[in-house]
Amino acid sequence: MLNKAGREIPSVIPGLGEVKLYNGAFGTIPTGRMVGPKIALNKPRSEKLVKSIDQVIDAAGLKDGMTISFHHHFRNGDYVLNMVMEAIARKGIKDLTLAPSSLSNVHEAIIPYMDEGVITAVETSGARGKLGKYFTEGRLKKPVIIRSHGGRARAIECGELKIDVAFIGAPACDTYGNINGISGKSACGSMGYAIVDAEHADKVVAITDNLVPHPLFPISIPQTNVDFIVEVDSIGDPKGIASGALRISKDPRELKIAEYAAAVIEYSGQFKEGYSAQLGSGGASLAVAQFMKEKMIAEGITGSFGVGGITTPFVNMLEEGLFKMMYDVQDFDIPSIESIRKNANHIEMSASYYANPHNRGPIVNNLDFVILSATEVDVNFNVNVITDSNGVMMGASGGHCDTAAGAGVSIVVAPLLRGRLPMVLDKVQTIVTPGETVDVIVTERGVAVNPNRKDLIDNLKCANLPLMNIEDLQKIAYDLAGKPEDIPVTDEIVGVVEYRDGTIIDVIRKPV
Amino acid sequence: MARMRRSMMFVPGNNPGMLINAGIYGADTIIFCVEDAVSVYEKDAARQLVANAIRNIKYPCEVAVRINHISTPYGRDDLAVILPAKPDMIRLPKAETAADILDVDEIITAAEKKCGFEAGSIKMMAAIETCKGIMNAYEIASASPRMEALAIGGEDYLADLRTSRTTHGDEFLAARSQIVVAARAAGIQAIDTVYSDINNEEGFRNEITRIKELGFDGKSVINPRQIKIVHDVFAPTQKEIDHAERVLKAYEEALAKGSGVISLNGKMIDGPIVARAERALAYADALGMRKGAK
Repeated sequence: MLNKAGREIPSVIPGLGEVKLYNGAFGTIPTGRMVGPKIALNKPRSEKLVKSIDQVIDAAGLKDGMTISFHHHFRNGDYVLNMVMEAIARKGIKDLTLAPSSLSNVHEAIIPYMDEGVITAVETSGARGKLGKYFTEGRLKKPVIIRSHGGRARAIECGELKIDVAFIGAPACDTYGNINGISGKSACGSMGYAIVDAEHADKVVAITDNLVPHPLFPISIPQTNVDFIVEVDSIGDPKGIASGALRISKDPRELKIAEYAAAVIEYSGQFKEGYSAQLGSGGASLAVAQFMKEKMIAEGITGSFGVGGITTPFVNMLEEGLFKMMYDVQDFDIPSIESIRKNANHIEMSASYYANPHNRGPIVNNLDFVILSATEVDVNFNVNVITDSNGVMMGASGGHCDTAAGAGVSIVVAPLLRGRLPMVLDKVQTIVTPGETVDVIVTERGVAVNPNRKDLIDNLKCANLPLMNIEDLQKIAYDLAGKPEDIPVTDEIVGVVEYRDGTIIDVIRKPV
Repeated sequence: MARMRRSMMFVPGNNPGMLINAGIYGADTIIFCVEDAVSVYEKDAARQLVANAIRNIKYPCEVAVRINHISTPYGRDDLAVILPAKPDMIRLPKAETAADILDVDEIITAAEKKCGFEAGSIKMMAAIETCKGIMNAYEIASASPRMEALAIGGEDYLADLRTSRTTHGDEFLAARSQIVVAARAAGIQAIDTVYSDINNEEGFRNEITRIKELGFDGKSVINPRQIKIVHDVFAPTQKEIDHAERVLKAYEEALAKGSGVISLNGKMIDGPIVARAERALAYADALGMRKGAK
């Protein structure tokens, strides 16, 4: 059946059963109630400390067929997921669903456990490298479920993703289970994604390399959510957890794109005192921060809040008073971790507060602007950030569709050509973010505004920007590089892309 | 009015990625280089690449090619391959005499005829990089009607002068002054040399300010990040824009009335003042500084 994004989706998908089809960005009215964890009894002076990961797996009652979760705040420096999976595999537990908030290249180490049937299903934000290739080859028993950050929080809170045991890497944890991410050798800053898991999993295990006396303060995840604590030598490699300060790009093409994106913001009609923004963390989107800063200073405008994915350029704007607050779901570099530790206006938030479309209102609903990147876009403004030009998974959904839906003006920045490949296609290979929620596409050769946004088209006319319709932008790319051939795919569905509301916006079919 | 050449950006002719993207940065002119940026082993490939880029890519600006000097083993081959692609301009490096210009002019004339291009449609500019060239600057500038601009090639010139770069730039004083005067006398433009410390924005800005005051029309740049800075410095102030608009209005009114003497606020307006006003407004329009203008 065709869904509302124009994609052919079977109503029953092998391994997943019947699915709900995408019905427009706000076309699904949720029913039912939010779910909670099992009720627990913890007697006074009970002991939560368990000696080893092996023991805690038993204590948590992990069995065949259950669902386990992890957070990805340690990114490519994470030791926890591999460490726990190694112990689980040794115990002979099988048929688990692995539901981390995202996966990094370091987690390639778990591929043997997938081959052995320890893990038979994965629900996450995305995958790259060998893991992405593994999933795309259809080697798991079930198709991978790709969720956005907001969509994952929603799935957990409404019970679609029921976590039996959440394993939470804890940079600081006290002896009764209070956790934060801001101290210790493996500090990662915000614990935003893990907060949702801790609130809803039936059993919650803290794994820490920094066990401190009770009580720990500040608290990101409270003792009321934590069942067990295990102390290990190390939960992560600081070099992989956070980089040094992220710097603004010097790539002239990225700077050109950023300059145009900043002009879109400036002339949009919404760039005024008290505005709010989320800026990305990569290349061109990060560079927008520099141009915005100059415009804010020049015009004497201050923002009410920033959202992220926090990076050094954003932290600098907070410190210089250009934004009043930062809402932080994860930190990308060391100065950002420092900032959340020290600055009272730099506030940790959960993934649900950030982006869950089915709570009483996530912060993305208050955003005026978001800058997003893209792997490819199409003439209907749909965006792909998950599969590459061979149809192989190589990215992550992240907060892309959440912020695009929430922000007043969603701006996608991408080069028009990557090497020899045009990036404005007739149809993106995989839709992650539907075109109805994307307002402007900015490339180095032209800026296209969604025809639905007549207000923006009018406002941007005096911005000295190379405005054009999306078909003309595509023609520039096709004239230079030719029209790319479709990627031949089989009928086998190896992944489904859930929209943030739990409907299926697209599927990933195994390439031929 | 003469074409604006505030920024003339060098692009190595042997780099396909840079050739494809060269037009996106807003330079007034891009100069594909098959001379110093390209090693002797890649000269043939680079000139083919540049010719094909000019044929197949629609650049939104003037496209020039810096060929090797025709006294080298490469210069004539460069012209033979590149001229049929019809670049807007050929830049001859290391020009020392009027004869250098005439030699290239002759080859271009033949190529225009052979390819069926309009006679004189391919322009020329020359870079002077030696003291002898500086002494012959006016003859070089006026050697051919194709000549549109004169530039300094800084590093070679300083080596010939037996000095080196300073932060204050006095080492270029004689050459810059001579180039501007010679170019103006010949009725063509003067373009300053590159500034290679691309991360030193302040130094770059100071240098552009200085050469603008000396009378230069523009500057050679080697990195797209330098373009905006050049254009910023050449941008007129709002006061200058307002004045230019009033000058042109008075000029047009006088023309309409058939009045011989034109004045604004009691001051005479003559040809050079009108030309300056037109130039200021062209710079302003290029930067989108005038609301409601084209």
